[in-house]
Amino acid sequence: MKPIAFTLNGVARTVTVDEDRNLLWVLRDDLGMTGTKFGCGASFCGACTVLLDGKEVRSCVTPVSRVAGRKVVTVEGLAQGDKLSPVQEAFVEHVGFQCGYCTSGMVIGATALLNANPRPTREQIVQGMERHLCRCAAHHRIVDAIESASKKMAGGAK
Amino acid sequence: MTRPTHDDEMIVPEGWGFVETIDRRDFLRLTSSGLMVVFAVKPAEGTFRPVWNFAEQQRTPPDFNAFLHIGANGRVTLFVGKIEMGQGIITGLPQIAAEELDVPLERVDCVMGDTDLCPFDNGTFGSLSVWRLGPVLHAAAAEARAVLVQMASEKLGVPVGDLTVKDGVVVSRTVASRKVSYGELAGGKKIERRYEGQAALDKVSEYTIIGKSYPRRDAIEKVTGKAKYSGDIAPPEALHARLVRAPAHGAVLTTVDTSAAEKQPGVRVVRIGDPKDGGLVAVLHAHRDEADKALRLVKTTFTPSPNTLDNENIFAHLEAAAVEKRPAGAAGDVAVGEKAAARVIVAKYRKGYVAHAPMETHSAVAAMGADGRLTVWASTQTPFPLQTQLARATGLPPDKVRVITPFVGGGFGGKSAGAQAVEAARLALAAGKPVRVTWSREEEFFFDTFDPAAVINIRAGLDASKRIVSWDSEIIGAGSRGAAMFYAVPNHRTMTKGSWSGNQGGMHPFAVGPWRAPGANANVWARESHIDTLAAAAKMDPLEFRLLNLDNPRMKRVLEACAKLFNWTPKAAPSGRGVGLACGEDAGTYVASMAEVKVDAATGAIRVLRVACAQDMGVVVNPEGARQQMEGCIMMGLGYTLAEEVRFRNGEVIDRNFGGYGVPKFSWMPKIETLILDSPDLPAQGGGEPAIVVMGAVVANAVFDATGARITQLPMTPARVKAALGMRG
Repeated sequence: MKPIAFTLNGVARTVTVDEDRNLLWVLRDDLGMTGTKFGCGASFCGACTVLLDGKEVRSCVTPVSRVAGRKVVTVEGLAQGDKLSPVQEAFVEHVGFQCGYCTSGMVIGATALLNANPRPTREQIVQGMERHLCRCAAHHRIVDAIESASKKMAGGAK
Repeated sequence: MTRPTHDDEMIVPEGWGFVETIDRRDFLRLTSSGLMVVFAVKPAEGTFRPVWNFAEQQRTPPDFNAFLHIGANGRVTLFVGKIEMGQGIITGLPQIAAEELDVPLERVDCVMGDTDLCPFDNGTFGSLSVWRLGPVLHAAAAEARAVLVQMASEKLGVPVGDLTVKDGVVVSRTVASRKVSYGELAGGKKIERRYEGQAALDKVSEYTIIGKSYPRRDAIEKVTGKAKYSGDIAPPEALHARLVRAPAHGAVLTTVDTSAAEKQPGVRVVRIGDPKDGGLVAVLHAHRDEADKALRLVKTTFTPSPNTLDNENIFAHLEAAAVEKRPAGAAGDVAVGEKAAARVIVAKYRKGYVAHAPMETHSAVAAMGADGRLTVWASTQTPFPLQTQLARATGLPPDKVRVITPFVGGGFGGKSAGAQAVEAARLALAAGKPVRVTWSREEEFFFDTFDPAAVINIRAGLDASKRIVSWDSEIIGAGSRGAAMFYAVPNHRTMTKGSWSGNQGGMHPFAVGPWRAPGANANVWARESHIDTLAAAAKMDPLEFRLLNLDNPRMKRVLEACAKLFNWTPKAAPSGRGVGLACGEDAGTYVASMAEVKVDAATGAIRVLRVACAQDMGVVVNPEGARQQMEGCIMMGLGYTLAEEVRFRNGEVIDRNFGGYGVPKFSWMPKIETLILDSPDLPAQGGGEPAIVVMGAVVANAVFDATGARITQLPMTPARVKAALGMRG
């Protein structure tokens, strides 16, 4: 066991755990952050996606030691108080969800996508989100939401 | 767009979905005064087994389905045993109550799926919530409104006929200052009304809340990660459990060595009974990943599975299975029909097992309280049947078991069995601690109650005037849903052998169960494929052929509407264009879809470019919600049509994660157009399933139109497409 310090949703945190503990379960079980979901445990589905220094990673296959000294953002860290992020707002507006279980990962994945490419084409959105699964099949609305968030963010609505 | 505003009597706290934190005390306080209307829909014979266990509070009769309460603050709370798994009834059902009560929607709260707080409900499936509970809810809310108006009449000294209701305030039509709010009328009193009559539909043209696309009430919680699912519930001291599992169905545990696991810090091992006979061996730890690690340290040996079936030999096995055939509809005389036929066309259709694969695996948390009552939070579509199941498994009386259903992360019929909740409950009692069971994805793909494999044999006769004169079909494995003959065929007969419900005669090598429109996906696909084959034999455009052979005006109307939406131009198939259509009836709703596909002859890959879908579903409570269900059906339906098939061999399930089992992805997205027909004369019908039943056929028919190859096995994988292309004459 050793202390691992990192920034979680803008707040400095230290966890003292075995280095090979898994980021997903440290977030969920040790820190009580249940917004990040378990879906497949093997990086296929994307439900567990978090931002690591602004890029998406699958927390279910990420050892917690990998986040030492770095910035982790989970779905709980996107809104500023009651003010949703542009991506969250767009998911609400376009109803980019049904059961909501993949939604945390979708919203984080979309945020990472727009971080890397603020004005993606529809094809780039489809490609960028391909490894996120949604069984309720809200795909069209999710792509619409990401397109719309991209436009709003470019328009200065950030 | 936020959740309803809250006040002191609001019992649904912000950020908590809807039921998890309400305790009995809150509930008793809420319902100790105010107007309570209990209402019952007459249950179909034998389908409901009411078990009302409202402990100390047994003041209501045992055979009602839901109730609503109006408090001193004018808030309406609706208590229903249904659950929210993405289908949107958390918004739709309050819309119905708000409409009839004349209160703003944001003043209606909805408590769902809690066996302590809600009246008995058989489960959330079959597109029944709006279709069957909706009318009762209409009537109960109308009854509540009538009671309140009567009370207002007495209080204000104004005749009932001179009163109207606006935004929850009863007001005189002539003297606007004479008014009293629902809250003032209901507060400080205890009034109970019971409603049992048949619901009368109001004039649809007068609706102001029904028919509007209100935003989903679960939106903010779901995009912020605050929405709670069963796996998110963590009572103090709770332990995650991972169970020792057999590698194959039919394999039996012979030895188990947990000594290495037990040495891990924080690990507990729990054994219950004999593993050969329903016993459990589990490793428990406060952290899930450490429980996973401990499970990997458990050494086991198993007997080999005696099962010799696989996903290739299963079809011959199903056809040979000694299970009784049952009639599922007939008219005229098929032999006479065939004599009148100019030609008889015979085909055999086969489909494999399909997994539900909800994104949330089966999860449950069980905690025994100091009061001797067991609380189980479970991802389930059937909280009340689960309560009975838990009581049976634990030996507790049913009224000592409470099932709470937080948000469910997708069900599609697959969360009706409850095995994970039973595991959590048994382990919690044995461990003396709350226990969390969240199935791994590998467990999910192994213990799923799959959509059954099926073989459907059809013989149909066509006469010289291009009319279908006989239809003889035998459905093995799928059951009869979706197989009712709605074409104008004078002589037809349908027999079934086995179904998705139960595993008759041990036909299937593992559990099967309901999968979104159970059986109908297979049956509609086979029928509509065969209809297309007949149309091609008649050298007729497949739409014109259907219209010629239909006299059902609703089906004709929905087909014609779809044709207009799609811009269908008549041509006999195969036309090389790659367009196809299919129609069906499910949950009272009529549906027609048309699709355009592209087939890559070199790889055998099918790309679905465009799907247009028209539905006649009666009055629509929330059109946007209904469209979301249609879109989801179309996109999900591409999975069983093109790729999804459970591969198995000798009791082993081969694909146990998303790497091998292909569910629809973003890159599959066709252009989707949906149309809901205006149908004000028909009450609301089912909407969660109809649009999926036509997906297999609409794509298969478009592939036939593109290539001239008729593919008679689902899913239409590239290998099967190539094989079919190779066999073209």
